[in-house]
Amino acid sequence: MKAGTREYALSSIGLLLVLAFAMIPVLWIVMVSLKDPATITTGPGASFKDAFFGTDLTFENYESLFTGGIDASPFIKPLINSIMIALITTVIAILLASFAAYAIARLNFPGKALILAGALAIAMFPPISTVGPLFDMWRALGLYDTYPGLIIPYLTFSLPLAIYTLVAFFREIPWDLEQAAQVDGATQFQAFRKVIVPLAAPGVFTAAILVFIFAWNDFLFAISLTSSDASRTVPAALAFFQGDSQFTQPTGSIAAAAVVVTIPIIIFVLIFQRRIVAGLTAGAVKG
Amino acid sequence: MAEIVLNGLTKRYPDGFEAVKDMDLEIEDGEFMILVGPSGCGKSTALRMIAGLEDISEGELRIGDDVVNQLAPKDRDIAMVFQNYALYPHMTVRENMAFPLKLAGADQEEIDSKVNEAAQILDLEPHLDRKPANLSGGQRQRVAMGRAIVRDPRAFLMDEPLSNLDAKLRVQMRTEVSRLQQDLGTTTVYVTHDQTEAMTLGDRVAVMRAGVLQQVGAPADLYNTPVNLFVAGFIGSPAMNFMTGKVQGDTVSLPFGEVRLGEQAPQGDGDRPLVVGIRPESFEDASLVGEGAADGLTFKATIDLVESMGSEKYAYFSVESEAVKSDELEELARDAGMDDVPGGGSDQIVARLDAASEASRGKEAELWVDTSKLHFFDPESGKSLTAKRKSDEP
Repeated sequence: MKAGTREYALSSIGLLLVLAFAMIPVLWIVMVSLKDPATITTGPGASFKDAFFGTDLTFENYESLFTGGIDASPFIKPLINSIMIALITTVIAILLASFAAYAIARLNFPGKALILAGALAIAMFPPISTVGPLFDMWRALGLYDTYPGLIIPYLTFSLPLAIYTLVAFFREIPWDLEQAAQVDGATQFQAFRKVIVPLAAPGVFTAAILVFIFAWNDFLFAISLTSSDASRTVPAALAFFQGDSQFTQPTGSIAAAAVVVTIPIIIFVLIFQRRIVAGLTAGAVKG
Repeated sequence: MAEIVLNGLTKRYPDGFEAVKDMDLEIEDGEFMILVGPSGCGKSTALRMIAGLEDISEGELRIGDDVVNQLAPKDRDIAMVFQNYALYPHMTVRENMAFPLKLAGADQEEIDSKVNEAAQILDLEPHLDRKPANLSGGQRQRVAMGRAIVRDPRAFLMDEPLSNLDAKLRVQMRTEVSRLQQDLGTTTVYVTHDQTEAMTLGDRVAVMRAGVLQQVGAPADLYNTPVNLFVAGFIGSPAMNFMTGKVQGDTVSLPFGEVRLGEQAPQGDGDRPLVVGIRPESFEDASLVGEGAADGLTFKATIDLVESMGSEKYAYFSVESEAVKSDELEELARDAGMDDVPGGGSDQIVARLDAASEASRGKEAELWVDTSKLHFFDPESGKSLTAKRKSDEP
């Protein structure tokens, strides 16, 4: 018993250390966002507690994000853009990926290996090398600074990941189940919808989260392919925050914006984490 | 309820391989037909063609009066029980059984009453709200059957439903399946590789090998009058013993003696070697044979091994015989897993003796064989040359 509790204590301490190490930057940003802008850079001589936790906590930075309403605030329109673009990308990616993954997992068609290899190659391609050509192409096509202008590159780079994730999940589901559904009276689409999709739900959620995070967090395409709030997403918009004067950095506002932007992801993962973990340890689907 | 007729049914894969070759079979309304054969013989493929899960390359399939070659599985009004049950893991037992009815658009009241009725027949009432993952193998199997029953289809198709159960449960479920089919009277096509199931469950049994139908008939017919070497060796457990015998005139010389043949003389003329088949049941310990001793051949043999089952004994002994070589026998051996077992070859004979026999390992025993029960086969084609016996006629 003693060995057990000692091990437990040691592992708890270890866990806490790792957590602290990982969480310190995040905590720091949260703290910065809550500080009065003037006190953000404290001079030497201040205690660690003061430097880290600040002296006066205020929500001023958060307020400054939202003042001015949709048009004047530097943050609201980009936030809406981020949400819309990430959601649309996720929905389209999941739809396309599930159909593709279903075909790849179930059928044997000529060119299958080529498609899979191609998908992998695209995923490994360095996005930055596509930025230059895309800039020119989008300007020529009129997609520059539009929603589709961002959604298309996001789809390109997230589809392979989604397809691979979903293929792994579809492969786990025994084919017998669809056949049983067909004999029971379902059309192929009904069998897909009522039997396969519920069973692949963990996989679908996992793929959806991965795509959403990718689209939400992207900075490269957002900064290169947008020029105004028409489609600029939050990561890029942060770069354009104005401080009080030409010489002050709007660090507080940036920190506040970063915190706001991270919250949806945290909520998503908290809600769906059980599904994701179940999906990653899929063994529940043994017929 | 409907009859099922297979007319020249063929399944050909794109690479040319024919899993089912020109199969003709008529299954009567309400009949329990078994398709049996070794792995890879095409029985599951034939069943799936009936279900509509495999395309039919050639031939015609009729269910009732309709030609159903082109119909999707859902339109054929048949229900299928799969080998690994294929229960929907995300639905409860009740939902699993209600699924086909829901798809058919039945109203909730009807669904509930049918599901409850099926649950009652199959003794599933305490499990209706559990998920398949929480059920035992036998319970899952019954849910799979329940899902088939609720639809009251024209035919049941079962693909080795008992092969995933342990031996005792299998015996129990066998009687359940038989009782169910008799009560419901639905035409049933049942695929199995276990010849015991075939013999005990079917009204008629169809033996298949390499995509070709070998023989169709009542179990007793297949046992007493097999049309070829394959059927003879497949049906019956332990399997029929095969040895080379030479026909000379009106006698046949077996490894353990000569037998005078009267009306049992095999068809064909001339002196030639034949494959002779003797079932283990045709042997007996000579000391225990009563008045029938005259109709048989008594001989001595050194027993290699005795398996005592309690109710009977199986004695294994070897004979000097040219090993019988034939495709059919090799396939049977492969199916039984015997092909690379040393010493388990075709020159070892197994005899079934009464439990009172004193035969034991290493000792010489005097055995008797009923020579009226010999089977003769052509060594080239495997076809049966046994003369029709009066006792086998209906």
